[in-house]
Amino acid sequence: MSITVPAPRPELAVGLDCPLRVLDLDGSRLPEPLLDGHLGDIDEHALTNLYVDMVRVRRLDVEAFALTRQGHLVLWPPLLGQEAAQVGPARALGDDDWVFGSYREHGFALLRGADMGEFARIWKAYAHSGWDPQEIKMAPSQIIIGAQTLHGVGYAMAAKMDGAAEVALTCFGDGATSEGDVSEAMVWASAFQAPVVFLCQNNQYAISEPVAVQSGVPLALRPTGFGIPSMRVDGNDVLAMHAAARIAFERARSGGGPTFIEAVTYRRGPHTTTDDPKRYRDKAEEEQWLAKDPIDRVERALERMGANMEAVRAEAKIRADQLAKEFRAAAEHAVPPTAEAIFDHVYAQPSPRLERQRLEHRAFTSSIEAKA
Amino acid sequence: MTPQTAQNANTETLTLAKAVNAALADSLEGDDRVLLMGEDIGKLGGVFRVTDGLQDRFGPQRVIDSPLAESAIIGTAIGMSYRGFRVVAEIQFDGFIYPAFDQIVAQVAKLRYRSQGRVSMPLTIRVPFGGAIGSVEHHSESPESYFAHTAGLRVVTASTPQEAYSTLRAAIQSDDPVLFFEPKGKYYTKGEVDRSIVRDLETANVVASGRDVTIAAYGPTVDTALRAAIAAADEGIEIEVIDLRSISPLDVDTVVESVRRTGRLIVTHEAPAESSVSSELIASVAERAFQHLEAAPERVTGYDSPYPPSAVEHDYLPSIDRLLDAVDRTLGRRNSRTGLDYSAVTPATVTTGAAR
Ligand SMILES: Cc1ncc(C[n+]2csc(CCOP(=O)(O)OP(=O)(O)O)c2C)c(N)n1
Repeated sequence: MSITVPAPRPELAVGLDCPLRVLDLDGSRLPEPLLDGHLGDIDEHALTNLYVDMVRVRRLDVEAFALTRQGHLVLWPPLLGQEAAQVGPARALGDDDWVFGSYREHGFALLRGADMGEFARIWKAYAHSGWDPQEIKMAPSQIIIGAQTLHGVGYAMAAKMDGAAEVALTCFGDGATSEGDVSEAMVWASAFQAPVVFLCQNNQYAISEPVAVQSGVPLALRPTGFGIPSMRVDGNDVLAMHAAARIAFERARSGGGPTFIEAVTYRRGPHTTTDDPKRYRDKAEEEQWLAKDPIDRVERALERMGANMEAVRAEAKIRADQLAKEFRAAAEHAVPPTAEAIFDHVYAQPSPRLERQRLEHRAFTSSIEAKA
Repeated sequence: MTPQTAQNANTETLTLAKAVNAALADSLEGDDRVLLMGEDIGKLGGVFRVTDGLQDRFGPQRVIDSPLAESAIIGTAIGMSYRGFRVVAEIQFDGFIYPAFDQIVAQVAKLRYRSQGRVSMPLTIRVPFGGAIGSVEHHSESPESYFAHTAGLRVVTASTPQEAYSTLRAAIQSDDPVLFFEPKGKYYTKGEVDRSIVRDLETANVVASGRDVTIAAYGPTVDTALRAAIAAADEGIEIEVIDLRSISPLDVDTVVESVRRTGRLIVTHEAPAESSVSSELIASVAERAFQHLEAAPERVTGYDSPYPPSAVEHDYLPSIDRLLDAVDRTLGRRNSRTGLDYSAVTPATVTTGAAR
């Protein structure tokens, strides 16, 4: 007797053979029936804006990296190479939508409007969270791998209960897909048809471990087992990412439930400023991805459209330098919290015990100061 | 000596489980941002029937039967809190809370602090806890200390139907995340409940007064302590019993105040002694009332082993007799430990069942 095992439903995943792409490496426009209809309004002007966004995100990243090396920041997880995977979806979000991301979501933070002064304080280890989540509609960055995916699903469920046409976007890495929370998040999203979009930035590595250690199948195939449709997209193609996000957000908003997007991309830098990628990657691989640079590709596309690239580049540079300057000043001049902040905001209703410790700490420090 | 039962027109007689049910119902009724979520809480009414009838009354949108995923129960409740919902999440049994540990201690507990006060987590996590239900493993545990150790969480318990009602109402109204440990062994004990009483989440309660020894207890051991107090009264010993109620933050003041008068302290709970609520309370009292102590504080707790098979649980759980033994020790009357030579106890001398 033969036993047949039901296969996952690959028909729920598109782009498995070859990630969905609309901009070829040389900037020429490739037809992509699934995505084309969602890019009708992207003219030269709109593409220029996406280009400038990416240049600014990259400049922020490069500046932050340098600031870490110079001792102004304590740590930085670079996103160099992942600009399109963030800018594309970020620019598809509505003002009321929420983002629940990891620690590498600098593009989202910037484009959601995080205050750069507060943002710098995170990576200076002056504050745990560097923006007002309610104000910019982005949860504090998340270090615990995968935990935020559940928060995104819960938020989406709540939005649905309120009858609001809002979407929660939750971002995570390829490594995160191995965490139980991410699987649980997909179970819930599917069970409650939550208006949530899972954005997996597959940058090929979880610190040193290649994605093959995490999964024996393309990541985009995983959600199909939960009944969640998914798209495998060229994560270095800002237009493809933008269109895929639009499709997913539209599905969510119109009651269609969750969608999973796997952005196939590459983290060009180290995992963080403390990492040494030379131990686990080779040069050839890095060069191969360099050729797929998301920003160069848009430059070529704009050239093909007849844009005055010199002017566009100049404009982008001015805005990027301005941002870098602002961020550097913020990082250099950030003020550390007072010691008393240790005792603040632990409880909504301060506890007598902690207030006693505050007084003890005050008495102790002033006794030292009195002696000195 | 017995807990005062205010018998008036406003009270009704309820089991502790029904009192929890009433608190949930009144909270759902009073605030449409309150919702319940957990495994089997809807149609079934929970494995202890604590949520019986609530889904019928409030609908499946507000009393949500969740998939079987503890981390997700808490994690998605966090997302709902961002939108201003006040979720009451049920963890089916104490022993099943561990898959949700990260979401509770690293996420729920810290979000207010991490966001510098900008994010509130008005989440209540209900956990049936403790022994004496005669079930199989993982169904009788006392994990409260793991959570009491975590800043940002409030950890509360209840000892009677009234306390269960009042505490849960307060927990749901609180803007802080609260873990509410319900003494599952007491679910079916009855008591008077006055629905107009909502307590605070800070203070301990002196449930019996006496001048000789203070016993601090919480949850299921409050009843044991009260019974021990009645037995001791026969011998002319007056025991003051304090129901700690909140075990984090702990109301040390009330205990210190009592120890100043009695000079003697016994702490009792079902959880193991090591790094526990009794460790904390005795250390705090020693810091603040050392000069008032006339005897070394005692503790009567579960042993530092996992909860044993329920067939021998009665030897593990604090009993009236173990409490009275501790009372005798603090009074210097008799000491069951006299003659024990701890120095003789080394790994080599300890024989296990297998080695014998
Ligand atoms: C629960 C948990 N386990 C381990 C870590 C340590 N850690 C930090 S980042 C990381 C790799 C994450 O890889 P991935 O999800 O692919 O995201 P990426 O960093 O590549 O963006 C690990 C193991 C952590 N932060 N949280």
